[in-house]
Amino acid sequence: MDRKIRVLVAKPGLDGHDRGAKVIASALRDAGFEVIYSGLHQTPEQIVEIALQEDVDVIGISILSGAHMTLFPRIMELMQEKGLDDVLLTGGGIIPPEDAEKLEAMGTGKIFGPGSSTQDIIQYIREWAESREQTETK
Amino acid sequence: MTLNPEKLLNDFETGSKRALARLISLIENNGKLADDVRDALYQKSGRAYRIGFTGPPGAGKSTLVNQITKAYRQQGKTVGIIAVDPTSPFTGGALLGDRVRMNDLTLDDGVFIRSMATRGSLGGLSTKAQEVADILDAFGKDIIIYETVGVGQSELDIVEAADTTVVVLVPESGDSVQAMKAGLMEIADIFVMNKADREGADRAIRELSAILHLREARDWQPPIVKCVAVKQEGINDLLTAIDRHYCYLQEHHLLEEKRRERFVQSVHSLVSTRLKNEFWDERARRILEQHIAGLDQRKTSPYRAAQQLIDHFKQSLAKQ
Ligand SMILES: Nc1nc2c(ncn2[C@@H]2O[C@H](COP(=O)(O)OP(=O)(O)OP(=O)(O)O)[C@@H](O)[C@H]2O)c(=O)[nH]1
Ligand SMILES: [Mg+2]
Repeated sequence: MDRKIRVLVAKPGLDGHDRGAKVIASALRDAGFEVIYSGLHQTPEQIVEIALQEDVDVIGISILSGAHMTLFPRIMELMQEKGLDDVLLTGGGIIPPEDAEKLEAMGTGKIFGPGSSTQDIIQYIREWAESREQTETK
Repeated sequence: MTLNPEKLLNDFETGSKRALARLISLIENNGKLADDVRDALYQKSGRAYRIGFTGPPGAGKSTLVNQITKAYRQQGKTVGIIAVDPTSPFTGGALLGDRVRMNDLTLDDGVFIRSMATRGSLGGLSTKAQEVADILDAFGKDIIIYETVGVGQSELDIVEAADTTVVVLVPESGDSVQAMKAGLMEIADIFVMNKADREGADRAIRELSAILHLREARDWQPPIVKCVAVKQEGINDLLTAIDRHYCYLQEHHLLEEKRRERFVQSVHSLVSTRLKNEFWDERARRILEQHIAGLDQRKTSPYRAAQQLIDHFKQSLAKQ
């Protein structure tokens, strides 16, 4: 098998800048991932449907609007509904550490706060993929 | 991951999009998919009409695909879209961004979109993309649309995979000489001059049609359709042109011929990959090593090495 890690980079909500998400998308591509970039203003329903059709391994969400405490749980709920139970949900933006902790406790992957570098995200996804491979071959 | 192919096939048959998506991944990853699963899928395919969109970067292909898909949906037809973008030869990564222009199709249950990276498979894209198209076809899609950037080899692959090939140009790139160089002229069944809201569109169309008239007369003269994809202008003309090309293919029994060619091509490509896998067993690799070792004194040649390898292969077949 020549498997590639496929990552959906999405930016839900109404804030209008996609530069951050585009920078992350390009960095992930340069790290060797196949990045599906879907643009701005995605609803949770759209994000999860894209993840399903594209059969991604990872959903990476960028949220600057402050709506993370409603968006992440809604996305998780839809992922469960559609059976995307082995897909990693991660993301970042302007998210205070206490919120990040709460979200991670709800079952998201790592949530990256302001000041995290794309290298941190890349390394995190790589490690996640490696540990998944190990559990699969067991 | 639940990748049990039989289970996937069952779910696929009950219309599970998740199973469809997973089967596509198995094909893309060269995963283990037994021939009987592939057979089952293939036998269900063969109904869908396949349209390829190609052209220079940024010409508006995705925007057009989005519009034409909406038009087909209004006719009640279901659509599968395969959007192909290049894999970076340096990192192996890819940025697949065509969905940005297709967001209003995401939640339409009659549309399934899959982004595909070329993964540096030399000319192999055609077979892969076709296999993905076969699956979408088997899933019941009426129309399959490929989108691929026309800069390298991949647009030639797309011609083989499609029944109708649409080449999208814009006034600037419509600098026809450039287009001809790119080999885009020969492959088009239909030209779209997109971004006709920009200056120079009419001149570009005149130039293009002058060049087309210089060519030898042929049964099918590719029409040039003027579009402004972002304003939905010209979409109906494009639909009509595709329909006319479809009728032309049918009247001349070219559809069957295309399908036969596609079949032959798939068989050829499968035979060569499978043979290659069988050919390079351990003994064959060792024979090659020996020849490499003799290279310094020029005790060997590629011809001798190849012949010895083939002899070895024949012998091992005879033994079986
Ligand atoms: N002015 C004008 N702009 C257009 C038209 N059609 C598309 N565009 C714009 O052209 C840009 C590229 O459009 P896409 O549909 O992404 O083009 P593409 O050929 O799919 O691009 P790649 O897949 O990156 O090669 C976008 O900003 C579109 O809004 C048009 O008819 N007129
Ligand atoms: Mg595109």
